[in-house]
Amino acid sequence: MMNDKTFEPKIIAFCCHYCAYASADLAGSMRLQYPSGVRIIRTPCTGRLETEYYMRAFENGADGVLVAGCLEGGCHFIEGNLLAKKRVAAIRDILEESGIEKERLRMVNISAAMAVNLAAVISEMVKTIKELGPNPIGKTNSGLEIEFGEALPSGKESETLNSRH
Amino acid sequence: MIVAQRKKIPEIFDVIQKHKNVLVLGCGTCVTVCLAGGEREVSIISSALRIASRKEGKKIKVNEFTIERQCDNVFIEGAAEEIKKNDAVLSLGCGAGVQAIAERYPDKPVYAGLDTAFLGILESRGVWTEKCVQCGTCVLSDFGGICPVTRCAKHMLNGPCGGSREDRCEIRADQPCAWQLIYKRLKNIDQVDKIAKGHPLRDRSKSIDGGVRTIIREDHRI
Repeated sequence: MMNDKTFEPKIIAFCCHYCAYASADLAGSMRLQYPSGVRIIRTPCTGRLETEYYMRAFENGADGVLVAGCLEGGCHFIEGNLLAKKRVAAIRDILEESGIEKERLRMVNISAAMAVNLAAVISEMVKTIKELGPNPIGKTNSGLEIEFGEALPSGKESETLNSRH
Repeated sequence: MIVAQRKKIPEIFDVIQKHKNVLVLGCGTCVTVCLAGGEREVSIISSALRIASRKEGKKIKVNEFTIERQCDNVFIEGAAEEIKKNDAVLSLGCGAGVQAIAERYPDKPVYAGLDTAFLGILESRGVWTEKCVQCGTCVLSDFGGICPVTRCAKHMLNGPCGGSREDRCEIRADQPCAWQLIYKRLKNIDQVDKIAKGHPLRDRSKSIDGGVRTIIREDHRI
């Protein structure tokens, strides 16, 4: 698997609305290039992300999950990103216990102006996941390879997310 | 409340792996409050078990359900259908909950997903501490509401051991000396004379040392 050059990691990037999401927007305006296998999901704050969200992402076949919150001390909700940091650390342990390498989940702090850093972090994450290979559980519950867009619980929620973009 | 914590996923997976359909059953009372076995934890542990199962190439179907109280037959009844549909139950209740389910379903394997730790309180967010060892003969009234049986490492009833440093326990430096707390508290409420009261040996037959304890209230029996 690790030698498979065609492997393009599927990465879910939970991006905080107040920073990383804006930096992704800026990355687009700046025409910065980053790997295409990353799907950005806007969240109101990284502190809003429940443990289940991460678990479900891996359960549904994501090869990696990136959480991008505000710089420490710069959270719009004061300490949401600090709570997320602790939560991510705990989830990495659960993932490791379950048989998923903890390097597949990573949290970074990115401000709205750090588009270059975001692109670099994404490329770095893709490199790490390529070294690790695909998600070891491989298939979805239905036995099918997961397709992006289908990772969301239902078409309805997918539409809602898209309409916000 | 009863405080418990999650067992490690490999330990849980090891006991459930021979079954095809497993029900992860949560409890909505104490273990929900101590963030160990409520609906949310059922979802997280089930997800982890599904991942572990697929990683091992097994096809275990992990189902989720949570009832209000696992230690009460009336509430267990609410999970009857779900329990029947599955080959085994992984209970995220306390030790009492697991046993209540096992007694109610003699033909169904029931496993424990939590380690039940103690009877305690939420000290601060994410911190729980033991407050009561259920000794069966409560002495709290004599000690200003601070339990020397639980909180003194040596369970001293007639004064401190003399080994504490500053106000720290000599056994566990991260814990305060219970007798220091008792003295301060009794002084605050003007009952420091109580400290001179002698306490005879505790009647341990009323504790777990005397075997399983049962309380029977004839006035409530039907």
